[in-house]
Amino acid sequence: MPIKSILKLEIERVSILDEHGNYDEKLGAGLIPDADLVKLYEAMSSCRYLDEVAFKLQRSGRMGTYPQNMGQEATSLAAAYVLNKDDWMVTCYRENCGLFWRGVPMESILLHWMGDERGNAMPRPHHATPIAVPIGTQMLHAAGLAWASKYRGEKQIACTFFGDGATSEGDFHEAANFAANLDLPVVFCCQNNFWAISVPGKIQCSAPTVAQRGIAYGMPVVQVDGNDIFACAYAVKQAAARAREESRPTFIEMVTYRLADHTTADDARRYRDQSEVDVWKERDPLLRTRKLLERKKLWDSSREEAMQARIVVEVSAAVARAEDIVAPQVSDVFNYTFAELSVDLAHQRDTMQTHSLASDAPAVTKGH
Amino acid sequence: MANLNLVQAINLALIQEMERDERVLLLGEDVGVNGGVFRVTEGLHKRFGARRVVDTPLAESGIIGTSIGLAMAGLRPIPEIQFDGFLGPAYDQICSHAARMRTRTRGAFTIPLTIRVPVGGGIHAPELHSDSPETIYSHQPGLKVVMPSSPYDAKGLLISAIRDPDPVIFFEPKRVYRAYREEVPEDEYTIPIGKARVVCDGTDLTVISWGASVLQCMESIEKSSRSIELIDLRTIYPMDLDAIETSVKKTGRCVVVHEAPRTGGMGAEVAAQIMERCFLYLEAPVQRVTGFDTIMPYYKLELNYMPDPARISNAIDAALCY
Repeated sequence: MPIKSILKLEIERVSILDEHGNYDEKLGAGLIPDADLVKLYEAMSSCRYLDEVAFKLQRSGRMGTYPQNMGQEATSLAAAYVLNKDDWMVTCYRENCGLFWRGVPMESILLHWMGDERGNAMPRPHHATPIAVPIGTQMLHAAGLAWASKYRGEKQIACTFFGDGATSEGDFHEAANFAANLDLPVVFCCQNNFWAISVPGKIQCSAPTVAQRGIAYGMPVVQVDGNDIFACAYAVKQAAARAREESRPTFIEMVTYRLADHTTADDARRYRDQSEVDVWKERDPLLRTRKLLERKKLWDSSREEAMQARIVVEVSAAVARAEDIVAPQVSDVFNYTFAELSVDLAHQRDTMQTHSLASDAPAVTKGH
Repeated sequence: MANLNLVQAINLALIQEMERDERVLLLGEDVGVNGGVFRVTEGLHKRFGARRVVDTPLAESGIIGTSIGLAMAGLRPIPEIQFDGFLGPAYDQICSHAARMRTRTRGAFTIPLTIRVPVGGGIHAPELHSDSPETIYSHQPGLKVVMPSSPYDAKGLLISAIRDPDPVIFFEPKRVYRAYREEVPEDEYTIPIGKARVVCDGTDLTVISWGASVLQCMESIEKSSRSIELIDLRTIYPMDLDAIETSVKKTGRCVVVHEAPRTGGMGAEVAAQIMERCFLYLEAPVQRVTGFDTIMPYYKLELNYMPDPARISNAIDAALCY
C-alpha cells in the first residue's frame, strides 16, 4: 500500500495596513469608516500616553509594578471595536486600549496597579472580566462565559486575550479543547509579542506559527499583523460571526511586539537587542494609522497637537481620580471574602489590631 | 420519607435543585451517559438531557475553569472531580480564581459554584483515589469546605451548597456512599453550612470528627462504658467553633479524629481553637487520631493508615485516664 498524505494545512496571514501606511482598499472596504478610524487613532494615542504616565508614576513611587502596553494597542482595540457591547472581553493585562474603548474607566486600571481591588470592580455592563494575573488561566473563563451564553440560547460570545507564553500553559490547551469539542462561541486572540518576560517565542513554540496550535484542536485559525488595526478587526469580525452564527471557536494569532519592558520591574536590555526593538518601533500601530489618516486628509500636525493636549487633560484627570480616591476601609480585607462573614471571620476582622484573647469571651480574661 | 444511601440522597438533591433552578447544570468526566463512576449522577443525563448534564473533556483544570466562567455569567454549575487525588490539576483555578474573585473585584463578580469530589480511603481503590485533601482547601481563604457523613446531612448540605453564593467544595466520603441507608425526606430541606451536628450526647469526653471517620467513631463510642459526646463537624470550613466550645467546656476532654495526615491537619486547628476557648476547662490534652504524615498507602495497608475504632478507643482512654 502506498503511503498517502491525509492532511494538508494552510494558514492565511492577513495584512491590510502595512508599516509604510500602504492600505489594501479591497480587504479593508467597509471595515472601519473614516470617522471611526480617527476615534480609534485617538484611543490608541491616549492609551499610549497613559502608559507613559503610568511608567512615571511607578518610577516616582506613586504606583506599584505596571505592565506597559506600548506597541500592542491595536489588537484589543480592534476586537473591542468589532465586538458587540455585551460580548465578553476576557483579557490578561496588556489590553488597556480595548478595555478603555469598552468604557472601563482609566482610573480602574490605574487603581488596580496602585494595589487597590476597587480597580477591578468593573461594572458588569462593560462585560469585561478583571485583570488576570496568573498566565493563561482566563481562557477557560472565556470558554465558561461563552458556554453560559449558549446554555441560555443567547448570541453573546466571548473574546479572550493572552500572550504567546500563555500558549505553553496547560489551561490554554484545555480551553481550546473545551471550546472546540463543546462548540463554544469563543474567539481566542493570541498576542504573539515575541517575549514572555525574557523567554523568547521559540522556547514557547517550536512550530513556525502559534496559529497552528488552534488547528490541532479542530478550529479555524488565522494569523494577522497585530499592529494593523484593520487586519485585527477583519479577523475578529470573521471569528465573531462564526462564533455567533455557528457557535464555533476561532484562533487568531496577532503578531505584534512588546516595545517596553515586561513590567516596570523588568529590564529588557538584559535579554534582547536594541536593534530588534528598533525594527519594531518602525512597525508601531500608531505610526501607520497616522500615516493613513494623513493620506486621507483626515489628520495633520495641528490636529495631532490638539489631540495631545486633550489627552494630557484626560489622563491627568484619571490619575487625579485614582490618587484622590478615599482610602480603602481596613475592614475590606475581610468584607469581600464571602457574601456573609462567618462569626470567626468577623471576629478576626474586629480584633485584627489586637491579640485575639484581648476581646475574647469573658471566660478567658487577661492576667491568668 | 425514603430509605436512601448517601449516593441516592445526593442524586435526589441534584434532581430537586435542577428541577427548581434552571441555572443549575452538572459537568465533569463521565457524569453524563455513564452516570458518574460512582453512579451519583445516575439517570440525570436521561432526565435533564445533554445540555444540563455535560460530559466534558478529561481535564480537571478545564472543568473548574469553565465552571468559573459559567458561574461568573450567573449560572450555578456543579462540576464533579472524579477522585480526591485528581483535584491537583484544578488547584490553580480553585485557589487563584474561584476563591479570590469576590475579593479581587470587591463583589462585582462572584462564583456560586459547588465542586463535588468523592473523598477518602477504605474502598480498595488505586493510588490517588483515596486521599483526604480537605485541609488544603480549608486553608485557602474564600472557599467553604463541606463533608457530610450521612445521607440525611448530604442532601440538606448539598442543597445549601448549591444555593450558596460562594464556592463550596463538597466532599463525599466514598466509604459511606453505600455503607448504610437512613430515612431521608423526599421534600427539599437545607442544612446550614457551618453548623455541626451532635451525633450523640455525652458528659465525659468529646469526640470531634467528620466524613467517614464519624462512622468509626460511632463504633468506638458504642463499645465504651463512658458517656461520650460525638460531634460531626459536617462543615470543615467555616468550622462550628461554638459547638466545639460548648461541648468541650462541658466534658473537659477531647479527641479529634480525621483521615487526613496529622501535621497541620484540621485536627490541629480544632486543638488550637480549644486552647483559645476552653483552656481553663481542660482536664487533658486534646488527642488526635489521624492519618499519618505519609503518602496514603496502596490499599493492602490502607486500613492501617486510617483511624479505626481500636485507635480511637485508645485515644479516648488516654484522654479519660490523663
